[in-house]
Amino acid sequence: MSFTTAGYQLAPVLPELVLSVGAMALLMLGAYRGQGTTSAVTSLATVLLIAVGVLEYMLPAGKQVTFGGSFIVDDFARFMKILALIGSAVTLVLSTEFLSDPSRRIFEYSILVLLSTLGMMVLISAGDLISLYLGLELMSLALYVVAASNRDNAKSNEAGLKYFVLGALSSGMLLYGASLIYGFTGTVSFTGIASAVTAANVGLVFGLVFLLAGLCFKISVVPFHMWTPDVYEGAPTPVTAFFASAPKVAALAVFTRVTLTAFPGIVSQWQQILVFVSIASMALGAFAAIGQSNIKRLMAYSSIGHMGFALVGLASGTVEGAQGVLMYIVIYVTMTLGSFSIILAMKRNGQAVEQISDFAGLSRTNPLLAFFFAMLLFSLAGIPPLAGFFAKWYVFVAAIKANLFTLAVIGVLSSVVGAYYYLAIVKTMYFDEPAGQVDPVRVEVKTVLAVAGLFNILFALFAGPVVSVASAAAKSLF
Amino acid sequence: MTTWPILSVTTFLPLVGALIVYLSRGDDEASRRNSRWIALWTTIITFAVSVILVVRFDPSNADFQFVEKSAWLATGITYHMGVDGISLPFVILTTALMPFCIIASWKSVTSRVREYMMAFLILETLMIGTFSALDLVLFYLFFEGGLIPMFLIIGVWGGPRRVYASFKFFLYTLLGSVLMLLAIMALYWNGNTTDIPTLMHTAVPRSLQTWAWLAFFASFAVKMPMWPVHTWLPDAHVEAPTAGSVVLAAILLKMGGYGFLRFSLPMFPLASHDFAPLIFTLSTIAIIYTSLVALMQEDMKKLIAYSSVAHMGFVTMGIFAGTMQGVAGGVFQMISHGIVSGALFLCVGIVYDRMHTREIAAYGGLVNRMPLYAMTFMVFTMANVGLPGTSGFIGEFMTLIGTFKVSIPTAFFASTGVILSAGYALWLYRKIVFGELVKPSLMTIKDMTLRECVILFPMIALTILFGVYPKPVLDMSAASVQQLVNNYTTAVTAVKAAALLH
Repeated sequence: MSFTTAGYQLAPVLPELVLSVGAMALLMLGAYRGQGTTSAVTSLATVLLIAVGVLEYMLPAGKQVTFGGSFIVDDFARFMKILALIGSAVTLVLSTEFLSDPSRRIFEYSILVLLSTLGMMVLISAGDLISLYLGLELMSLALYVVAASNRDNAKSNEAGLKYFVLGALSSGMLLYGASLIYGFTGTVSFTGIASAVTAANVGLVFGLVFLLAGLCFKISVVPFHMWTPDVYEGAPTPVTAFFASAPKVAALAVFTRVTLTAFPGIVSQWQQILVFVSIASMALGAFAAIGQSNIKRLMAYSSIGHMGFALVGLASGTVEGAQGVLMYIVIYVTMTLGSFSIILAMKRNGQAVEQISDFAGLSRTNPLLAFFFAMLLFSLAGIPPLAGFFAKWYVFVAAIKANLFTLAVIGVLSSVVGAYYYLAIVKTMYFDEPAGQVDPVRVEVKTVLAVAGLFNILFALFAGPVVSVASAAAKSLF
Repeated sequence: MTTWPILSVTTFLPLVGALIVYLSRGDDEASRRNSRWIALWTTIITFAVSVILVVRFDPSNADFQFVEKSAWLATGITYHMGVDGISLPFVILTTALMPFCIIASWKSVTSRVREYMMAFLILETLMIGTFSALDLVLFYLFFEGGLIPMFLIIGVWGGPRRVYASFKFFLYTLLGSVLMLLAIMALYWNGNTTDIPTLMHTAVPRSLQTWAWLAFFASFAVKMPMWPVHTWLPDAHVEAPTAGSVVLAAILLKMGGYGFLRFSLPMFPLASHDFAPLIFTLSTIAIIYTSLVALMQEDMKKLIAYSSVAHMGFVTMGIFAGTMQGVAGGVFQMISHGIVSGALFLCVGIVYDRMHTREIAAYGGLVNRMPLYAMTFMVFTMANVGLPGTSGFIGEFMTLIGTFKVSIPTAFFASTGVILSAGYALWLYRKIVFGELVKPSLMTIKDMTLRECVILFPMIALTILFGVYPKPVLDMSAASVQQLVNNYTTAVTAVKAAALLH
């Protein structure tokens, strides 16, 4: 394939082209045929995401750069993109029930998820600050609307609005930082910045801090985490599952790419920021979640903590660290999607229940559901032999190699504190008396849960190949 | 020699059994019976397979045997299994005790039998794996993985304060272990591998030795448990169901001692030597203090739990004496304590099943109605005291003479523990078994059933056999212990000689 436009290779962006054209086609379908097409659009959108994932997988190996360096496709990008696509596709599958309600037949939902995913893919492949911003905004604008998609629910509207206002603020900070960086280096491309930046410079560091603040907001780490619990609680549960998975992948990917490829010359400058952010997030995630009674809020704090753990890998600034981030995010996405499929499955008399006390005695009324959730919770707590342990192993092993001992010790200690609230849910499910029957679980939710659960339980068996893929992807950044 | 992976089969057979139990659906009486029988047969077959290990084991060879190695994670982290003279006794202890645990739960566990049996079988896999893993990551996997089934066993089938006890058990142990995890990572970067036999021969810088030793100590001291981090143990023991207490006392505690033998002493000999006074102090305090605490207990299980802490004090003292007698005595004491404390908890379980109380004051004069029980309980009480002729004596005696060569004050103070243990153990025995049978509730109590005799009589036989003829255990571990002690002494004397030169 050698189709070009204005002299630029289009082959590397083929998946993105397919996704955008497909999204537009589905938008036309919905617009001309009305809301009756919601379920068809949703199914087609899922198929489209899978097809794009396959295309991405089939792209020729090695690093390809196009649009004058704005768009990079390497092993790292492919890895993260496929993961984000999986996250989005699974979210759409989990949304089936939400969209089947007559009052919520909104075909735009799937289109918005597609566009947001397109933004993520651009973000992951971003090779300069412009495409970074473009991808970030495309992703975020779609997310703001999706958060408010439950139009008759005040909390959902509040979530959307809150997310939008704070998101706009963070975009502003990011842009401000980007403009400073451009001013001090004279270039927007990551490779150009990397060659221009050899020593720390107050103005540049100032810009770097603002840039990182904007990115920290997107992955919701302390001190830019305040929106997370409210948005997670207010947004419809499938949307929360979406927020917790694919956008985190994309934002963390660009976070990794920017720090490692644009600022390798001043590692010590951003390392201290990351160490602080990571310690603060792990500690807050561990302590603040203890008092929560709503499972979605708890998952919000849990995700803050987990992003802190992922940043432990990045803070080391080495190839092992990047590998740790990749391992962490893969495992984190499966744990999150599995956990949210259980939260979606928790319904009594057609009503979703979200309190932790509603899980009481689940091991008696629905043993399989309880077993998978318990395993996912132990995995989130990082207990071996579950996948969560390997995630923690790879980030902390990188931190130890980089001599970040304080960070590592605080990290593992906060993982012990965090284990407490995961255990508390296991306790509710296993030790307490049943709180009543749960409605039959829909088949698509069951499937997602089974796949995510088995992935986490059996991870030790196939960890080797995952590790080598992650290792290759991490090496492509250096 | 056949090439089938006998060690992996032993390790994962219980897991297969757990799967079979899982597949036997249903919650009626028939399916409960099925679960019990499947679990029992699984543990018996596992034991039978582990006997092959003993038969084929070459006691004169100090190296790892039945070694299996295959690629797993990245380079340096492999699936590596094997046993030597130090780990094999623990593997056998585990496989041998598990059938008894299953039989002990036959009647006393009536709710969620299927899950209970699955938890025990999974736990067995993880325990055997802990003792036979030859890779640090693999070891950690098994070591920590055991928390999950044990947490559920205490929490689901435990007593009134089960939630508190299970959380305390889980978080306490996890806290110790995560620090060890960081030390494992540091060792990984030091030697570029987590292969245990390789790391045993990899020089570790002095400062790393100190930190890594402390981190491993944090984990194993909690697991052991050593004073002052022993407080989770009485709670966990009291609340756990009988079989859970047995596993906890007999096997899980031994992981701490095994860890000291497998990692601390061979990998950080200099740090071990430096910190030996600390261990001696803590061990002596454990022996004396917890013995005194045991004297004051009103709950039978709690008393035995505190006595476990005291007995583990002898083990740590013996191990860190670094002498042949001390280390061999430590291994022997752990095996002996595994049998004796396990049996004592089973004895408590027998009367608990009948009276549903563990309060010492609720009993008295049982000898009048339960002569068999009185005899059984006496044997184990005597073994707990360390009466010559029982296995308890050998272990305590060997660790004491091993320590005597190194630190006379430690040995002196630790010896008082022998007297104190006689104090609390005999006091417990007198309160429960002797005296007039005056309590009306005890008037109809029945003596041990055939099932209970089947569990306890083999343990009596072993206790006395190892008491008069400890050779099988000592021979099995002799070569490996010798090698361990030699390496340790060489490393320590080399440093001392170097220090003298300067």
